[in-house]
Amino acid sequence: MSDTPRLELIGINKSYPGVVANNNVSLKVMPGEIHALLGENGAGKSTLVKFIYGVQRSDSGRMLWEGEEVRLANPNAARKLGICMVFQHFSLFDAMTVEENISLGISPELTKGDLSSRIRDVSAQYGLPLDPDRYVHTLSVGERQRIEVVRCLLQDPTLLIMDEPTSVLTPQEVEDLFKTLRRLSDEGVSILYISHKLQEIKMLCHTATIMRMGEVVAECTPANETARSMAELMMGENLINPERTDRKIDGVTRLEVKNLTAVSTHQHGTDLHNLHMEVRAGEILGIAGIAGNGQRELMEMLTGEVLAPEADAISIDGKSVGLLDPVQRRSVGLGLVPEERLGYGAVPDMSLWENGVLSAATRMNLLNNGFIQVAASTEFAEDVVEEFRVKTPGVNHAAKSLSGGNLQKFIVGREIVQKPGVIIVLQPTWGVDAGSAAAIRQSLIDMAVDGAAVLAVSQDLEELFEISDRIAVICAGRISEARAAASITVEEIGLLMAGVEPGGEIAHAD
Amino acid sequence: MSADWLIPAMLTIITAATPLVFAAVGEAVVEKAGVLNLGVEGMMIMGAIAAFATAVTTGSELLAILAGASAGLVLALIFGILTVYLQSNQVATGLALTIFGLGLSALIGHSYVGKTFVGLARLDIPGVSDIPVIGPLIFGHDSLVYLSVFSVALVAWFMNKTRVGLLVRAVGENHDAAHSIGYSVTLVRMGAILFGGAMAGVGGAYLSVAYTPLWVENMTAGRGWIALALVVFASWKPWRAFFGAYLFGGITIIQLYAQGMGVDVSAQFLSMLPYLATILVLVVISRDSVKARLNAPACLGKNFHVSC
Amino acid sequence: MLIRLEQRPEVSKIMVYVSPLIAVVLTILTAMIMFGALGVDPFKAIQTFFFEPLSTLDGVAELFVKATPLVLIGVGLSLGFQANVWNIGAEGQLVIGALTGGGLALAFYNQSSVFLIPAMCVCGTIGGMAWAAIPAWLKTRFNCNEILTSLMLSYVGLLVLSYLVHGPWKDPEGMNFPESRLFHDSALMPILIDETRLNVGWLVALLVVLLGWILISRHIIGFQIKVIGMAPLAGAFAGFKEKRLIWITLLISGGCAGLAGVIELSGAIGQIVPSISPGYGFTAIIVAFLGRLHPVGVLFAGLLMALTYLGGDSAQITMNLPNAVTGVFQGMLLFFLLASDVLIKYRVRVGSPSIEAEARE
Repeated sequence: MSDTPRLELIGINKSYPGVVANNNVSLKVMPGEIHALLGENGAGKSTLVKFIYGVQRSDSGRMLWEGEEVRLANPNAARKLGICMVFQHFSLFDAMTVEENISLGISPELTKGDLSSRIRDVSAQYGLPLDPDRYVHTLSVGERQRIEVVRCLLQDPTLLIMDEPTSVLTPQEVEDLFKTLRRLSDEGVSILYISHKLQEIKMLCHTATIMRMGEVVAECTPANETARSMAELMMGENLINPERTDRKIDGVTRLEVKNLTAVSTHQHGTDLHNLHMEVRAGEILGIAGIAGNGQRELMEMLTGEVLAPEADAISIDGKSVGLLDPVQRRSVGLGLVPEERLGYGAVPDMSLWENGVLSAATRMNLLNNGFIQVAASTEFAEDVVEEFRVKTPGVNHAAKSLSGGNLQKFIVGREIVQKPGVIIVLQPTWGVDAGSAAAIRQSLIDMAVDGAAVLAVSQDLEELFEISDRIAVICAGRISEARAAASITVEEIGLLMAGVEPGGEIAHAD
Repeated sequence: MSADWLIPAMLTIITAATPLVFAAVGEAVVEKAGVLNLGVEGMMIMGAIAAFATAVTTGSELLAILAGASAGLVLALIFGILTVYLQSNQVATGLALTIFGLGLSALIGHSYVGKTFVGLARLDIPGVSDIPVIGPLIFGHDSLVYLSVFSVALVAWFMNKTRVGLLVRAVGENHDAAHSIGYSVTLVRMGAILFGGAMAGVGGAYLSVAYTPLWVENMTAGRGWIALALVVFASWKPWRAFFGAYLFGGITIIQLYAQGMGVDVSAQFLSMLPYLATILVLVVISRDSVKARLNAPACLGKNFHVSC
Repeated sequence: MLIRLEQRPEVSKIMVYVSPLIAVVLTILTAMIMFGALGVDPFKAIQTFFFEPLSTLDGVAELFVKATPLVLIGVGLSLGFQANVWNIGAEGQLVIGALTGGGLALAFYNQSSVFLIPAMCVCGTIGGMAWAAIPAWLKTRFNCNEILTSLMLSYVGLLVLSYLVHGPWKDPEGMNFPESRLFHDSALMPILIDETRLNVGWLVALLVVLLGWILISRHIIGFQIKVIGMAPLAGAFAGFKEKRLIWITLLISGGCAGLAGVIELSGAIGQIVPSISPGYGFTAIIVAFLGRLHPVGVLFAGLLMALTYLGGDSAQITMNLPNAVTGVFQGMLLFFLLASDVLIKYRVRVGSPSIEAEARE
């Protein structure tokens, strides 16, 4: 095998207004190598691969291909070199067939002749069963990913980029995908594998480049590292084992969900099956799970954006609220922090005080005969800003002018200041800087200590272990039995997330 | 029932449907590319006046039709620049196009009021055109009628069988995906918008040089809007838009013949029929929201901007 | 590409107000070029169009008379547009409102009562609301696009008017002209300035501006309208009901248009005629946008648009230009406005992205 790297990046820089996404990033990928690009959300991995694939330009830096400097104007140029990419958010067209999707993503010469039979051939050859005539919207997420993989394989790639390919797959599908990738590697194809899942990288990758805050912080051979050592490199600090005070939770049940079964209102959503859970006063219940396993549907049910089938499927402080709308549920004592900050939890172009009115109008008496009490609303927003140390020049500024961490502090604070009896928080610290994240977590713990029931839904296991008293796992619209955080291990949660009970059975809550 | 009555009725349907066919099929392509151009009425009326003015001045049919197409195209170009490049709201821009087109056409048409033009020549094949029933139905129309049928076939083939047609649909379906696999969303959309404009222009030209060869202010009388409704009715399929247009042609027949057949209804109520029918059609087609969305381009009406 | 757009971190508040001014200036410049092309002295045309109409008291009064329906409808539409509810059938709602209000005047054509005018206004408002309720119902019940249904109903409304003035409501002593009887004095809006047509309707329009302003800036309904328009998901999160807002905005805008119809009829015309409005319902769409979808902005935009109507008339009389010039003006203004509005959210950057700059080094 030659010594010339198939791909070499030298000193790549890219910044967006206010953010440095890539800072002097250099990287080498050899022929046949499976190279991991490892980092937390927001570390700059996606920006980097968009550059390699010609979707975006960098501000400066060089890219060498087989030792020659290249400058890619668009993905077509990348494909001509043999670079193919499987996107994290698939670049597929739902209303079209598999064959049409593949045809659009490859160069026109390759579409000539009997494309359909070539698709069948390649998919059979690599163990990726696919029917060219099926419409994409009828396929499962795993099958959709196969379209992208087959689309790449049809072009005889020499470098395959995979952006977080396993976040949407079941363990069985992950196994199959790895087989395919190893085989491609044996055939000499280089693979750039982007992930933040350490176990996978240990299993699959030959080398790893670790990024943090837009910079390369280390290179290593995953086989020689432990998951923990790589995690430390990725997070940039020694991992602290969450210290739990053994608080005794014996408060009354404040939030109860029983027999909640509901069909998703979203296209390709996840139906909820017979959910049960209860959160007591003073308790934080964490819900772990891979995105798209019913979290959104559960949230909508709990907030009242979608009504439950029966009134007593959800109760707050003993009152059946299943058929109440969000405003009524808030007045009963529900506080909510949604997953998306901009456009969901806050109106980007509205001022902070108006965003305060958004959720606090009834509970904080900000209305008088339907008229907004500006003074009271401003005061409320200022209280939130002060109490939660939100950095902003004033509450008249638009929500979108705040940094992610500050806006999240405002949104969480907006709910906490209303003193709800039950608070539901989705991804409390998603994409938030470490300082803000710590403050937000602390405020949730304080709420529980004061007697509220806290339900935290998160994909971040570290976070859940840090704050939760008990942890349950949501998978395929079912929730596992909640177990004391002190007595459950990460491995056990991992199995539950994959739909496997620690005993080995597939989880069926019913 | 004698054919004496039937054949003129069929011919009326054809002439009433043809402008709608052009406009609706053009707009179907625009919307398939993810762009909602509500300015069809404005592009049609500009096509009508441009074609009529050219016909009166030059006497050339071909130039008249080309002028109609170009007028629609120029208006569509304005729309494209505003919505695709300057990110303006598509609904508002489409409305502006209609208001502007109606005003400008009235201004230009001012000096053409009362002028006449012989109208498009009909395609007559001696002998064949005289065959009873079939002869007059298939032959004896003006060239634009044939062009309309041909363009429907062409668009249907282009959209479903060619790679570029596939790309147009892809851009309307998911513009981010189309961009990330390396296509120019802007270019595809501009192309579709310009095509739709030219088609609407030809539809307008048909009104002023063939349907009623004279210029009347606001002579499109809402046909552009009906064409927009036809696109929804047709689930964005060219042939269904074609048949929808003929269905509306049929309603025109009721309007013209009802009084002749002794139905005692005011002319105004009969004139309401196409508009009421449009509403009815929209209700029927939109009622089942899942079905209505099935064929709708997912990015319809959304602007695309690359953030880099 | 040499010129590119770059998203601003925060919406430019200055540009929100500067953009309409840019649009007006560009429209006037383009119009001058257009007049030049038509062989008319551009400066004289602008003078005739914009200044001559305002040189007399009567002209100024007419400005307010014409602005009245534009402002009334514009305020109503702006509320709907903010919630992404596109009622473009205000013309039909205006006509139906005029007919329900005017019908009352005809029913009491020989009776005098101080209650007649208020009753007409109420009837007209309800008529306009009823006409707008159809698209609201079709949208909330059948998911029908309100743009198309409200517009189709405009054509239907105009035909209803045509039917009535040609048939049942034709003046029996009117020598067969398609016009109704002249209204009784007590069915006419009180005149504010003698010898002009300026009437109480203008004050009503000002009141509606004030109410609209309060609604959109202080009332929870206005707040909900803004939230649903800017971020529908945040509206759902807050528990605002979208269907309810569709109803509210369509009823308000329909009611405003209906009221405008009555005022136009009993204030400016005095009888029911085949053509009640020269397209106020459509022009009000431009008024709403030009006024930044804000009631106070709509007030100024309505006055400017009223001036284009007067200018069109005066250009027709003194320069023999067709008054269709008005429509061209209005359309151009909206184009330029929409184009300048790009500056609110984006910055124009001249020059290439930096990667190319570096490549040249």
